[in-house]
Amino acid sequence: MSYKIVVLAKQVPDTHDVSGDVMKEDGTINRSALPAVFNPEDLNALEMALEIKDKYDAEIHVITMGPPSAVEILKQSLYRGADKVYLASDIKFAGSDTWATAYSLASIIEKIAPDYDMVFAGRQAIDGDTAQVGPQVSEKLDITQITYVKTLNELNNKKAKLTRMIEGGEEVIEANFPFLATVVDEANDPRPPEVRKMMKYKNAMTRLNFKDALHKMVKFDDEKELKNYLKNRGLLIPVIEVSDLDIDLEKIGIFGSPTKVKNIESVVLKKEKIKELQPDKNGAMQLMRELKNAKIVG
Amino acid sequence: MKRTGSVMVFVEQQEGKINDVSFELLSKASKLAEDLDEKVSAFIIGDRVEHLLDEISEYGADKIYYCEDEELKYYKTKPYFKVGKKIIRKENPQIILYGATKIGRDLAPRLASYLYTGLTADCTELKIGEENMLYQIRPAFGGNIRATIISPDYLPQMATVREGVMQKKKNKKDSEKIKVDVKLEESEVNDVRIIDRSKKVKKINLKDKEIIISGGMGLGSKEGFDMIFEFADMLNAEVGATRAAVDAGFVEKERQIGQTGTTVRPKLYFAIGISGAIQHRAGMEDSFKIVAVNTDPDAPIFDVADYKIVGDYKEVVPNLMNAYEDLKK
Repeated sequence: MSYKIVVLAKQVPDTHDVSGDVMKEDGTINRSALPAVFNPEDLNALEMALEIKDKYDAEIHVITMGPPSAVEILKQSLYRGADKVYLASDIKFAGSDTWATAYSLASIIEKIAPDYDMVFAGRQAIDGDTAQVGPQVSEKLDITQITYVKTLNELNNKKAKLTRMIEGGEEVIEANFPFLATVVDEANDPRPPEVRKMMKYKNAMTRLNFKDALHKMVKFDDEKELKNYLKNRGLLIPVIEVSDLDIDLEKIGIFGSPTKVKNIESVVLKKEKIKELQPDKNGAMQLMRELKNAKIVG
Repeated sequence: MKRTGSVMVFVEQQEGKINDVSFELLSKASKLAEDLDEKVSAFIIGDRVEHLLDEISEYGADKIYYCEDEELKYYKTKPYFKVGKKIIRKENPQIILYGATKIGRDLAPRLASYLYTGLTADCTELKIGEENMLYQIRPAFGGNIRATIISPDYLPQMATVREGVMQKKKNKKDSEKIKVDVKLEESEVNDVRIIDRSKKVKKINLKDKEIIISGGMGLGSKEGFDMIFEFADMLNAEVGATRAAVDAGFVEKERQIGQTGTTVRPKLYFAIGISGAIQHRAGMEDSFKIVAVNTDPDAPIFDVADYKIVGDYKEVVPNLMNAYEDLKK
């Protein structure tokens, strides 16, 4: 049998390598100076879905919410074997916290794949590390959530057997469909893009990308011609806007978000008296002697 | 907005033992409640938890809700969620704190979604600010900035905090104990079934060691850590690491110190080849003495250090080991 799986993915700034010039003088981050990447654990979630597709057959729908440039991770999903991808992009989504994001994503899932069997997401995104969106989407969908999933052992008869991490150990559980699972990075090694699919989907885009594309793809005279070309080849990625959804406008975006950022700072806590020692033998001896006299080392 | 009501803590137990983070949170809640002139409330869920209530009183709870049911023996999202909803609706607290544990991070967001309220993950500092609002301070963006989050128009204000971030302090109260009964439906209990649970004995213990020696990307490789392990052996210390060093596969994830790892407060902390992103500093800056070794004299780690050594660890660490041996004689 074939399963229907929704994967939630996010494009994030690569926070692993934030250097001085990325920080603005007021202590905020210049996001545009950081490379945008596929959130690592969302790739683990996609991989888990792809493994099910390989083993049992599945239809994989990937959703991302973000600016037009987030189409890049949707293409990355297509290169790896996703079947359908969607870009939820609307200025009205902007500024959403985890609550408003989850509310929006749940309504998108209900719109595009109401008959899903499983929803997969990464445990957390590296730009916030909150791990909240998964459980919140599942509450909105009123389905079971299974967090910290390491292995999907087996599927049969609308049930899944999974291994998840618990404090200091592991737990094997069996869950009924439908459920939402958040996947940890230990789960698998995400596969690389497939060359054949890259050739096929390299020009895939949404209508929000037309303007940029027309600059680069000289063979098209206007957006209409480009659109027809993409449509005929299955390369037009659908855009989901707020008006497509059954959604309460007061519960999305910055105004629907319960949390607000009051302020942001890059705090530097200087110690009062720092003692500088030489890296040589004398410096080492002075340090160890002081630590010993203070009874800090034995 | 008028904020009234207690400061509540979700007290987490596993197999009849209360998680330390819950005592730490009760101590923090006592301070917040004092500033607000309100009471501290707590709730605990399990199959048999009544015998644990006195322990909760020790840490300052004025009121304790508890719910017992065989089906609540092990944490499962839906049954715990149902009990949590009921207790929160009954108490209507203005603040709720949860441990940022696997259980807390599963339950709290689901409750926040249901309650339509804000939740701030992994706070490193909590305080009462203007208009009696809860200021929830956390490093963000991979730990490179520190953000103050508020939830001005929604109640309760909710936050999770990692173990070891707050300090526990006894403050015995004569608590009011309230038993809560919840009827669990078959579908709530059985849509997830636990087949097997296994606990690994924890080999790496960062929290109880008096000395921690941590390495970062400056060590360059897995082999770079060999020297750190040798030094740690000598001092009876534990080896820690930065997130980057863990992500690079130099050492196990259990050794990660920082906002998304373990928070430590040892007597002595060596930061070797660590530049000192807030992400890491959030987990170690309260150590009693900090020694930082780095080739870059401007590395931010030196801002929190007591001793600064600018140099290559390959030279400095052997010198430290020799000095220690010499002093022993």
